[in-house]
Amino acid sequence: MFTAGNRFLDARGIVFLVVLIGAAIVVPALALLPKNAALHMPTYLVALFGKYLCFALLALALDLVWGYCGVLSLGHGAFFALGGYAMGMYLMRQIGSRGVYANPNLPDFMVFLNWKELPWTWWGFSAFSYAMLMVLLIPGLLAFCFGWFAFRSRVTGVYLSIITQAMTYALLLAFFRNDMGFGGNNGLTDFKDILGFNVQADATRAVLFSISAIMLALAYLMARGIVVSKFGKVLIAIRDAESRTRFIGYRVENYKLLVFVVSAMMAGVAGALYVPQVGIINPGEFSPANSIEAVIWVAVGGRGTLVGAALGAVVVNFAKTWFTGALPEFWLFALGLIFILVTLFLPKGILGACGEWMGKWRKPSAPRGNGEPAIAE
Amino acid sequence: MTPTESAPALTSSLLYLDGVCVSFDGYKALRGLSLTLAPGEMRAIIGPNGAGKTTMMDIITGKTKPDEGEVLFAGSTDLTKLDEVAIAELGIGRKFQKPTVFESHTVEDNLLLALKAPRSTWATLFGKPVADQRARIERILETTRLQDFRLKRAADLSHGQKQWLEIGMLLAQDPKLLLVDEPVAGMTDAETAQTAILLREIAKDHSVVVVEHDMTFVRDLGVKVTVLHEGAVLAEGPLDVVSADPRVIEVYLGR
Repeated sequence: MFTAGNRFLDARGIVFLVVLIGAAIVVPALALLPKNAALHMPTYLVALFGKYLCFALLALALDLVWGYCGVLSLGHGAFFALGGYAMGMYLMRQIGSRGVYANPNLPDFMVFLNWKELPWTWWGFSAFSYAMLMVLLIPGLLAFCFGWFAFRSRVTGVYLSIITQAMTYALLLAFFRNDMGFGGNNGLTDFKDILGFNVQADATRAVLFSISAIMLALAYLMARGIVVSKFGKVLIAIRDAESRTRFIGYRVENYKLLVFVVSAMMAGVAGALYVPQVGIINPGEFSPANSIEAVIWVAVGGRGTLVGAALGAVVVNFAKTWFTGALPEFWLFALGLIFILVTLFLPKGILGACGEWMGKWRKPSAPRGNGEPAIAE
Repeated sequence: MTPTESAPALTSSLLYLDGVCVSFDGYKALRGLSLTLAPGEMRAIIGPNGAGKTTMMDIITGKTKPDEGEVLFAGSTDLTKLDEVAIAELGIGRKFQKPTVFESHTVEDNLLLALKAPRSTWATLFGKPVADQRARIERILETTRLQDFRLKRAADLSHGQKQWLEIGMLLAQDPKLLLVDEPVAGMTDAETAQTAILLREIAKDHSVVVVEHDMTFVRDLGVKVTVLHEGAVLAEGPLDVVSADPRVIEVYLGR
């Protein structure tokens, strides 16, 4: 309302939403065509794209705190994994007596460990609504406790990044232990049903894909609503000059805390959608490398653009899928190379670079100084 | 000794510093600094490097806590008990030595963020814009001569314009007291003269403390001057009197 750049939806956002809604309709339609039809989409592709969308949602969440508020979290994988575990626990409870040990009350790994009753942490997880509440609450609560202490004691920059990394590493070690009661290093798997539908069925996969696309669209709308509001302007102000923001009278720690909690909840939703589509959740998801990879997605796509973060997640993971098929040993080298090249040649990421080229093409004679703000808006 | 806002005023001055001492790792930055500022007054603070000018600003705005001494605002509020945000809410605005504006925001948005309005997360997320914000921003753009740059990103402004924008942001906060740290550092002569006019304009309805090295600029301001040296007040009075003081000459010209 104030500046041209602050319209709720810009062209880029509209394209993004149209693509997502289109995908949510077209992909299931193609997947449910008869197997011999020319345009039939195999289930493994549906699940693969669905996974990309979950990563895109994680990247969007990360961009909200890093791109807009300058809080570089190297532990967002932890929130993703916690959301995933909450969904995984629901799916485990749905197995019922169909497990290998056919115990109606306990998941297989607990029977194997000789446990006699369900630990309190698992209570309630047979109800879908309770599990979904936990998908939001557990990552949100962890982010709140972590952020409360970190932001209040004014831990910033690289120190904050290091403690987020320590947080996810600590959770990794904790979840590896069998007596935590979350399946140890095997994690949770062998899922059967979700809300009564077979998790493996083509139709379920197609619907999960659509839900992922819709959740990504909703999360985008919410994030966009946040960043174009005055609250969003304060976030950018904190990123640019934190102590100035404080001297003007804004309680910086409250702003950081709120956006960190919202972002952690989005990451939790992403994890919850991811688990039924890949069929497993294990402590590996807490690995610090995963969180760092998510930061690379955002950097590649374009920090502080929301759409770019989602785009980066899809592009990098597409490359990963290709590489791990063709040259598996070289993927990490390739990822490192992508990150270096993007940092050197596309400091604003793919989306930022596109914007710059479009700007040059539109106003070839305009000097750089005048051209740039026009693009930023 | 915990005066609240309702307590009777202990002093009639707007800002009252008495015997303020602070040291960093054994280095005494302030040693018994005492200073009073009357409501509506504009004061220039000069002094050689290391005299404690910026530390004094840090004490008043809550960035640094004094080891001893009293810091009172508006007669009764003890500033040493409050943090930066609470002090900003009381109505003390500060301009830094190095211009710090929000680089990726437009000039207008910089002012919008500074504008006196509720600062809570709830208010900025869901609140309605303040009724007369357009008019107030317009007035400040005019005062700081930034009308033609309103949609420019702050990063693209010249050094002098950034300084003015920061002063404009102080005005937008509508504080009772403005602390301005070296506003003309790195400015051209024309910009310096312009800034003096701007500050005199502001001083009409605000109390202002200006820290400055530039003597021509201090002369242009034409206000009472306080000379700091080694963390305490060395001399106080009109610039002509102060600059004739042999102790001030010694401090400035070396012994």
